[in-house]
Amino acid sequence: MQHETHTHGIDMAALGRDKQSLSLANETTAIEVPGLNLYYGEKQALFDVKMDIPRQRVTAFIGPSGCGKSTLLRTFNRMNDLVDGCRVEGEINIDGRNIYRKGEDVAELRRRVGMVFQKPNPFPKSIYENVVYGLRIQGINSKRVLDEAVEWALKSAALWDEVKDRLHDSALGLSGGQQQRLVIARTVAVQPEVLLLDEPCSALDPISTLKVEELIYELKSKYTIVIVTHNMQQAARVSDYTAFMYMGKLIEFGDTDTLFTNPAKKQTEDYITGRYG
Amino acid sequence: MKQNNLKSWYKSGAPGVWMSGGAVAIAIIMTLGLLMVIATRGLGHFWPADVIEADYQVPGQEARVMAGEITQIEEVPRARLAAAGMPVAEEGGEFMTRELLKVGNRELFGADFAWVIGEWLSNPRTPAELMVVERREWGNMYGYLVNVKENGQIVAEGEAAWTELQKRIERVDQLHAQLSRLEKKDIGRINHGIERIRLEGRKLELQGKLDAAAQAALDQRRAALDADYKVLEAQIVELYQQFNRDSMTVRVSDGRESDIVLGKVVRAFRPNAMGTFDKLGFYAMKLWEFVSDEPREANTEGGIFPAIFGTVLMVMLMAVIVTPFGVIAAVYLREYAHQGPLTRVIRIAVNNLAGVPSIVYGVFGLGFFVYVLGGSIDSLFFPESAPAPTFGTPGLMWASLTLAILTLPVVIVATEEGLARIPRAVREGSLALGATKAETLWKVVIPMASPAMMTGLILAVARAAGEVAPLMLVGVVKLAPSLPLNGNYPYLHLDQKIMHLGFHIYDVGFQSPNVEAARPLVYATALLLVIVIALLNLTAVYIRNHLREKYKALDH
Repeated sequence: MQHETHTHGIDMAALGRDKQSLSLANETTAIEVPGLNLYYGEKQALFDVKMDIPRQRVTAFIGPSGCGKSTLLRTFNRMNDLVDGCRVEGEINIDGRNIYRKGEDVAELRRRVGMVFQKPNPFPKSIYENVVYGLRIQGINSKRVLDEAVEWALKSAALWDEVKDRLHDSALGLSGGQQQRLVIARTVAVQPEVLLLDEPCSALDPISTLKVEELIYELKSKYTIVIVTHNMQQAARVSDYTAFMYMGKLIEFGDTDTLFTNPAKKQTEDYITGRYG
Repeated sequence: MKQNNLKSWYKSGAPGVWMSGGAVAIAIIMTLGLLMVIATRGLGHFWPADVIEADYQVPGQEARVMAGEITQIEEVPRARLAAAGMPVAEEGGEFMTRELLKVGNRELFGADFAWVIGEWLSNPRTPAELMVVERREWGNMYGYLVNVKENGQIVAEGEAAWTELQKRIERVDQLHAQLSRLEKKDIGRINHGIERIRLEGRKLELQGKLDAAAQAALDQRRAALDADYKVLEAQIVELYQQFNRDSMTVRVSDGRESDIVLGKVVRAFRPNAMGTFDKLGFYAMKLWEFVSDEPREANTEGGIFPAIFGTVLMVMLMAVIVTPFGVIAAVYLREYAHQGPLTRVIRIAVNNLAGVPSIVYGVFGLGFFVYVLGGSIDSLFFPESAPAPTFGTPGLMWASLTLAILTLPVVIVATEEGLARIPRAVREGSLALGATKAETLWKVVIPMASPAMMTGLILAVARAAGEVAPLMLVGVVKLAPSLPLNGNYPYLHLDQKIMHLGFHIYDVGFQSPNVEAARPLVYATALLLVIVIALLNLTAVYIRNHLREKYKALDH
């Protein structure tokens, strides 16, 4: 993490951030984690994580590799179910409902809690078909509805102007940054409540990264966004709240300004000043 | 120093490159050699070779004239010929040439071929008037045209007879086409109709519903068909009279004259009088006849179209059956089944199935499909045709099914590999949008894996098209009376027996009454089988490449 050694003391104003005073105490909760343990087989990966993720804000998870931040993110839409031997103890409430209760409709949950992955993963179909994929899954086939959804979603993802003339070309012909925005468009097309972004910019060049970050800023007004990132500058730039995790434990969670400028815990300070990581 | 050089050469990896390059070269040479052998031997058969006429003087016997095509020349030790009781001279070279002459005129000479000793042939010549007559039975005829007759009256003699003959053969050809259309198609349809009426009546009888009214209705339909038949029969009789109206007289090499009805003649030609272009045209026509016509004379003459058709249809049916089965099995094994020891055992068993000798599948097909499944189908659905079996006898469907289980492992293995290669990211992308596992499979994973499935299908087709042994047990015959796909309801006759190129090779080569005459056909048919398989494969490869382009996976 050499490149992150100068993170401490980032000039927030210089990043163009307009930060009113934020406080977790004043927020309504979107995702409530009252206490979560997660195991991969015998190995415990998350230790008694407790946090309330605020609604319509951007929350960033930071921490060194292997600290469990992606694992935690993936519990919010139960993507961890796909991993053999993964076991979750405790509950996660979204809109006051435990998503780990018996009989939960996981497909419906994932529609409400959309996810964008580290590497762009468009389907080998046309741009249009990528965007309407989730809608078709829901059984929506009216051309008028789909056309509108495509335009709206691509505009939301700031991709419309670049692709409107080639909607029926293969999505694999787009650049990496465009592909990632297409994936975001595909995700917002099903109108989720929560957007989970798992290191969405790690495979992108700086200009594409900037575009995605601007997009995150735009989308904040409509969605609760949780972003996992390795890049602390990015966390500082885009997030309202930041959680620092270390070795499967949530060390500190608070508003981004305070966490970066005046961390409460020694471990947090050590990490953001680059003493380890 | 030298040893050092050798050592460093060895270390450089050059021997490995040479060895693998050599292996590739040997493989290519063997493949090309195989194709060359079957191509030259098979394709040469259709060339109108010159017919020679020569005096043949066996020492101590009267000289005679022989005519025919030289089909083979070999060197034989003089001593062996002497030991065989032939009057060979004591002196002379150690070896004597012996030629195999196709003399034809089987009904006169008793055999189509004769071995002659080269030394005893003298004065070989190729007279332009020497004529080859291809006949519908009794093989070729070699001789001189004497005259052409109509209703026994001579209408042309000498050189004029040749043009007259060609005109009349053309007429006979048209009549033959009409006749076979009437006999195969129209009478076939009537016979089919009558058989169906019989079965309907029998069915009603078995159900106890055959009352007077029903019987009358059936009788009326039968009477209508019978009336149609009478009309056709009269037509056919008339046509046959026309067909057999003309005849010609041919003088064969030993001077005998023979009358032959033109209805029995397919074509007459004079190879010695033909130029290269004439011969090329003739060659093309013979080749076309070979791939488009039906066989004659116990498969030793004519074409092999029914065998091509049967092979292709059977392989396609096999593909239609094996693809869904194999894909579904592979999807279950790879995507749904718990990856434990049981799955591993099943996977090993599937892989081993690919190694079971194919005749075993034939035995299984006969024992299970034909007797058990087919027998049950007959007793459930076709009680009216008992005791004659409908599906309880070898046929197209059972042949296709047997091949399908034979090739199932190939499809399963290829599909599984394809499924394993789909990136996890794409599946997760679909699941994260609220798709269930099944939806993800259907909409994303299986389309992306379709090129791998096509690869499996290509391998399956290649294996199935070349398989003969199991088919002899489950539905392939020497001569099928009609194509399995024709104009009679229900159009695709799954219960019919079919002809097959692979079996045709075996049959013509080893079961034919005239092995010498048929041998070139073995090569020609083999070549055709290779071409058919190559075409089937190329089609599948084309489709696969198209799919690959369409579902090109992400580059990570």
